[in-house]
Amino acid sequence: MSRMISYQEKDTWIHRLSGVTKLIFLMLWCITSALTYDTMVLVIMILIGASIYAVSRTEWKQVSTVFKTILFFMVLNLVFIFIFAPYEGCGIYGSRTEMVRLFGDIYLTKEQLFYELNVMIKYFTVIPAVFIFLVTTDPSEFAASLNLVGVPYSFAYSVAIALRYIPDVQDDFIRIRNAQEARGIEMSGKASLKDRLIRTSSIIFPLLFSTMERIDVVSNAMELRGFGKKKKRSWYAQRKLMRNDWIVIIGAVVFSIAALIYTFYDGNRFYNPF
Amino acid sequence: MEIKKFGIREVVAMGIGTALFVVLTTVQIPCGIPNTYLQPRMAVLAFFSAIFGPIVGAVVGLLGHALGDAIFYGSVWWSWVFPEAVTGILVGCFAKKFAVQEGGFITAPNIILFNIVQIAANAIAWIVAAPILDIVVYAEPAKKVFSQGVVAFVGNIIVIGVLGTLVLVGYSKASGNSQGLKKED
Repeated sequence: MSRMISYQEKDTWIHRLSGVTKLIFLMLWCITSALTYDTMVLVIMILIGASIYAVSRTEWKQVSTVFKTILFFMVLNLVFIFIFAPYEGCGIYGSRTEMVRLFGDIYLTKEQLFYELNVMIKYFTVIPAVFIFLVTTDPSEFAASLNLVGVPYSFAYSVAIALRYIPDVQDDFIRIRNAQEARGIEMSGKASLKDRLIRTSSIIFPLLFSTMERIDVVSNAMELRGFGKKKKRSWYAQRKLMRNDWIVIIGAVVFSIAALIYTFYDGNRFYNPF
Repeated sequence: MEIKKFGIREVVAMGIGTALFVVLTTVQIPCGIPNTYLQPRMAVLAFFSAIFGPIVGAVVGLLGHALGDAIFYGSVWWSWVFPEAVTGILVGCFAKKFAVQEGGFITAPNIILFNIVQIAANAIAWIVAAPILDIVVYAEPAKKVFSQGVVAFVGNIIVIGVLGTLVLVGYSKASGNSQGLKKED
C-alpha cells in the first residue's frame, strides 16, 4: 500500500543511530510540543524538524500522500475550531481586535487568527519527527534496542511481532475483502448504515478467526523454541549506543528543558503579542 | 517470573492484535454525518481485551492507535491514544468473567455485562478523558472537543455493541467445547 510510511534502508548518520535514540527523541519532542504553546519555541521546533528531515534524505514521494492527508485534516480541524468557538483566541489572549465582519454578528478577530495559527504549527511540529522515526528506524533493530533500555523483553518482542506482522495481516485483509467482494458483497457507500455494519462484519469475522489461528501457530512455535524460559535473551539486530547516540539524546533533553523553561518563564504557556 | 504469569500466547496476541488494529485503521464506515466514521477497529480492540485481559487491551489500544496514526496519518494525536488504552483496560478487566475461550460468552448475562462495561468504558474514554486531554494539551475549545467526544462515543458503542458482540459470540461458540454444537435447522 503506497499510503503507508515505512522503513527504507539508507546510509545517513540518522539511519545509523540506535532505534532507542530515535524513540527517546520522538518522545521528548512530543512531550515538549504538547506542553508548550509558545510561538517562538514551536517555530524553532519546526525549523529543527525540517532540517533533520533534509539530513535524513527522506524522499518526498515516501511521505507525500500521508502529508496531504494530514493537511486535509488540519484544515478541517481549524475550520471546526472556528465554527464552535470563533472567539476562543480572545479568551486566551485577553483582548479583542476585530478585523472583518464575516456574517451575522460573527467577527474575524486577530486573536482568533493568531490562536489558530498556533494550533496549526503545534500540530506541524510533531510531523517531521514521526516521519523521520518511521522512515529511518529498522523495526527489528528497534525492538532489540527497546529491550536494551530496560523494557521487559516479552513486551519488546510483542512490539517486534506487531511491526513484523502488519504486512502479513494486511495481505490477509485484502485477500478476504477481495473474496467477499467477488461473492457480491458491495462495500461502497450506497447501502444503509446497518447493511454496511453487517457487510464489514463479513470481513472482520474471517479476519479475526484467521488472526486467532495465527496467534496459536506463532505462540506454539515460540513455546517449542523455549521462549520465556530465561530471564534474558540476546538479539540479532541489537545495536549499542554510540557517541552520536549520546550526543542526540543529551541534545534533545537539553533542548526540551530549555524550551519548557523559556515557555513557562512568564507563568503562561502562550506567547501573547497583543 | 513475569513471563510465566503472562503467557507466550498473550505476548503474541499483543503483537498480532496490534498489527490487526493498525491494518484496520483505514477501514472506516461513513455514517452520514460529515467527517465522522464508524471504526471497525474498535471491535478488534474490544475482542482482544475481552479475550486476553487488560494488559493486552491496553497495549493493543495504545500501541495500535499510536502506530496506526503514525503510519497512515504521519502524526500522533496523543490525546486520543491514551483514551484508547483506557477502553482496552476497562473492557479487559472483565475478561475472566466473560470466559470467551471457554465458550462462556453465549449467555445473555455475559453479553449484557459486556455491553454495560463497554458503554461505561467508552464514556470514560471519549466523553471524559479525550476531551480533557485535548483541552489540556492543545487548548482547543471545550465545546468542540466535547462534541467530538460525544460523536466518537456514540460511534464506538455502536461498533463494539454490534460488531464486537457478534464476533465475540461467534468466536466463543467456535472455540468452546462440544456443548456449543447444535443441530442446524
